[in-house]
Amino acid sequence: MNITRRHLLLLLPAAAVAWEHVLAGTPESSPNYRMTEHWWSMLIDIPKCIGCGNCVRACQAENNVPDGYFRTWVERYHVSDWDLENPQVDSPDGGKKGFPPSKDESGKNFFVPKLCNHCAESPCTQVCPVGATFVSPDGVVLVDKTYCLGCRYCVQACPYGCRFINPKTNTAEKCTLCYHRITKGLTTACCESCPTGARQLADLKDPSDPIHEFLKTHSVQVLKPYMATRAKVYYNGLDGSVR
Amino acid sequence: MSTFKDASHLFRLAAVFVAGFLVFLIVRGFLVPKSFGQYGHYRGNAMAEIAAQPINFAGHQTCESCHTDVLEKKKVGRHARVNCEACHGPLAKHADDPTSVSPEKLDTAVLCVHCHEANPAKPRGFPQVVSADHSTGLPCDTCHQPHSPAISTGGAK
Repeated sequence: MNITRRHLLLLLPAAAVAWEHVLAGTPESSPNYRMTEHWWSMLIDIPKCIGCGNCVRACQAENNVPDGYFRTWVERYHVSDWDLENPQVDSPDGGKKGFPPSKDESGKNFFVPKLCNHCAESPCTQVCPVGATFVSPDGVVLVDKTYCLGCRYCVQACPYGCRFINPKTNTAEKCTLCYHRITKGLTTACCESCPTGARQLADLKDPSDPIHEFLKTHSVQVLKPYMATRAKVYYNGLDGSVR
Repeated sequence: MSTFKDASHLFRLAAVFVAGFLVFLIVRGFLVPKSFGQYGHYRGNAMAEIAAQPINFAGHQTCESCHTDVLEKKKVGRHARVNCEACHGPLAKHADDPTSVSPEKLDTAVLCVHCHEANPAKPRGFPQVVSADHSTGLPCDTCHQPHSPAISTGGAK
């Protein structure tokens, strides 16, 4: 269709109304939620993970994650006792359909669920040229998809490989820590569906949260601490071979 | 004085720059969303928009408010801490409209092995079976009650 001057003049008011909507945004949907009172994190108890893939399926169902892309996934590690530095890792379809029997039953075999680490000093937000991704005041790394250009800087910057470009919207996408749920007092979809409690949503600013007792009494690590990202997904029982 | 006789050119140039800067400021005032910079270098309203996404998993508290009979049964069994939607799947639509949206009947022959199929990578103490040897394809609820699996009498360790 050729756009004539008349058509353009007719389109302009519609565009102005649409832009006004973008400027205004949608009103607050959870009025009782105060961002400054929370600092979200997650606890992953590796000895409890059975690699059932419930978290992966739940995340995809809750957040409409396209097939073949993952906001969370489960890796299976096989560490031979004579080569601790070189683990064999597999994650067929992100662990969504569980795992086939291990080929090698010797050595150490275990599952490691992964997701965005919601770093307090996150490299992905620092590289965004347009301010489309940010750490929210309650400690969740989010993407503003109306602002994202799809330039992929953040996908490259994430040391944990937690971001991807959604093939439909062509914008960066990642775990939101189920921001639409946690702001309404629910836990995340992955934590809700984890049958063994291997994943637990935690609020570090809530003194009554059981995470404080857990962190005091367990040897807990984050992934790639040498990256100094101040990651907030804490792993209990993390093997030294996990990358 | 003669060296500055062309200074008026510079003033005109400066005026063009000032005018350009003013146009930039006005256009910027129109184009930048009002909530940009509210909390940092991003659009503050983005958080409310992300939080407005619909929910698919209702949460076990919602399920338990109606299905108290299942809760009583589940509380005493080994599945006490397994949330409803871990097996039944996302059912927020059923919670919103329980009469017209009813959950599907689950096939335990497929469902239970997600967790209980033997795998050396699973924790040692976790009850696991090789399903082909254990049940020869029979649905698990032939012998076990999923809401309260009696592991000691069911034969599976």
